[in-house]
Amino acid sequence: MHTMNEPVGRAALARKVLPYALLSPAVLVTLAIVFFPMIQAAWMSLHDYVLWKPKDFTFVGLKNFVAALGDEVFWISLKHTVIWIALTIPAQLLLGLATALLLNQQFPWRPVARALIIIPWALPSVVIALMWVWIYDANYGILNEFLLRLGLIKASIPWLADPDTALYAIILTLTWQGFPFFAVMILAGLQSIPRSYYEAASLDGASTLRQFWHITLPGISGVLITAVLLRTIWVANSIDVIYVMTGGGPGYATYTLPLYAFIKARTNLDFGYGSSLAVLFTLMLLGLVVVYLRRAGRGID
Amino acid sequence: MIGRKSLPKRILTVDLPMLVILAFTLGPYLWMLLTSLTSEDRLFTEGPSLVGATVENYVRLFATVGFLTNLVHSFIIAAGTVVVGLTLSVTAAYSFSRFSFRGKRYLLLQFLIINMFPVVLLILPLFVMMRVLGILDTHLALIIANATVAIPFSVWMMTSYMNGIPKSLDEAAMTDGCSRLGALWRVVLPLCTPGIIATGIYIFITAWNEYLYALTLGGRNVRPITVAIQTLIGEYEVEWGLLTSGGIIGAMPATLLFLIVQKRLISGLTQGAVKG
Repeated sequence: MHTMNEPVGRAALARKVLPYALLSPAVLVTLAIVFFPMIQAAWMSLHDYVLWKPKDFTFVGLKNFVAALGDEVFWISLKHTVIWIALTIPAQLLLGLATALLLNQQFPWRPVARALIIIPWALPSVVIALMWVWIYDANYGILNEFLLRLGLIKASIPWLADPDTALYAIILTLTWQGFPFFAVMILAGLQSIPRSYYEAASLDGASTLRQFWHITLPGISGVLITAVLLRTIWVANSIDVIYVMTGGGPGYATYTLPLYAFIKARTNLDFGYGSSLAVLFTLMLLGLVVVYLRRAGRGID
Repeated sequence: MIGRKSLPKRILTVDLPMLVILAFTLGPYLWMLLTSLTSEDRLFTEGPSLVGATVENYVRLFATVGFLTNLVHSFIIAAGTVVVGLTLSVTAAYSFSRFSFRGKRYLLLQFLIINMFPVVLLILPLFVMMRVLGILDTHLALIIANATVAIPFSVWMMTSYMNGIPKSLDEAAMTDGCSRLGALWRVVLPLCTPGIIATGIYIFITAWNEYLYALTLGGRNVRPITVAIQTLIGEYEVEWGLLTSGGIIGAMPATLLFLIVQKRLISGLTQGAVKG
């Protein structure tokens, strides 16, 4: 109320400044702990910077980036990143879609099923990773025992120690971890489709399949696109599960780009080269991020 | 898609497939639980089984490995992140939800974009920065690192909760003599409490489960459970009984909290997605 007693000019100014003043704590802190470090990373990527030689911080321009493009491991990691996304996302999406369609039906224990399905989402990734290492164990793992008993394999397979299977074993783990997210998002989309559409379609004699194709899919297409974008960005970035399960090995069999950047910095302490890998990877992701932001931006105002 | 199905048909097309998916979802977790209840010497001779179930792994976890200290570290970090994340974002969310001003769109998108950058891109400079500041391996370091995720998330969620509260309520409060901040404090915040609690709990879960920052920026003096569980491998030559019981205990708080708030949380999380 006291603003009303003040001169009109000051009150108007205060009203103009207030929104920014309210924003400033969050904005300033994120500038300090997110945007400033990112600029620092870009800056480091232009330097020779190895942590055990802290005095040596020489500007080398794009040398690290050129080196990365000529680095065999960079291309191996990039290939794995592509396989990793191309398999994990569709697998999560299909399983999530199936789960959501089932959860959208009426059955007595639906609330229980809906609550239990999101458990993988709540578990720490370290726990998930170690749990699956134990499942894949060559000597005592339940997966080998299960497949042996069914007669599907003749001898135990060291899933994570074999370069041919390691990446796919991790992809299965990631699928398990991420499909509940899709299920929940898609379920929300399904529930926003008016029931009357289906009733009208049934009256016209449309089959379940046609109803799915002409009503359900268009109805959830927005959610599907958003979920796929979000999840692709997330899966591409995620390195904790791989790092715990194989550490990138055997050899380079499970290296992805962000993991390579992390290992370069953590193990070799080469922060210059590691940063340049991180920056390269970020630039590749940027296209997806822009598409997502465009979609999200439409929802504002 | 709707319409009444006969019972046998429903069981065949709904209940059964759902059970298969649930078995896939819960199987690995239950297998971990079963392993943790089997004593170490039986594990490698007979395999995990409920026969002769024992809690000896859990006892050992707390008695010899000192798991309690790790739980305390995790708690301090997660609770600290909740406090930082919530307090910094309340006024920002209020500003986004109640005012229109130049650059609002970009500022709001700015908060959305943060969580899309690769963790690696942040982890390297944060390590260097914290080394210079001399705060590596402290609770503060990990709270700051987790806040990079918590603040944007919290701003985004609280803005959506506050948008759900009619502006006319603030205006009524201000006609009754409240200042802007008074209206926020006395009217909007109390109405948002359920949303704030859900957001806080989600931040707690994420910080509790976080691993890479904890490993890189902490790990020696400050060793939260995620890092502690991982080190059980090295120090004790993969004792799976011990490891799985660590996994069960470490995952417990977050899992329970998640089950409690899932409904409210999911409606908040999916709101933006459904609109888009």
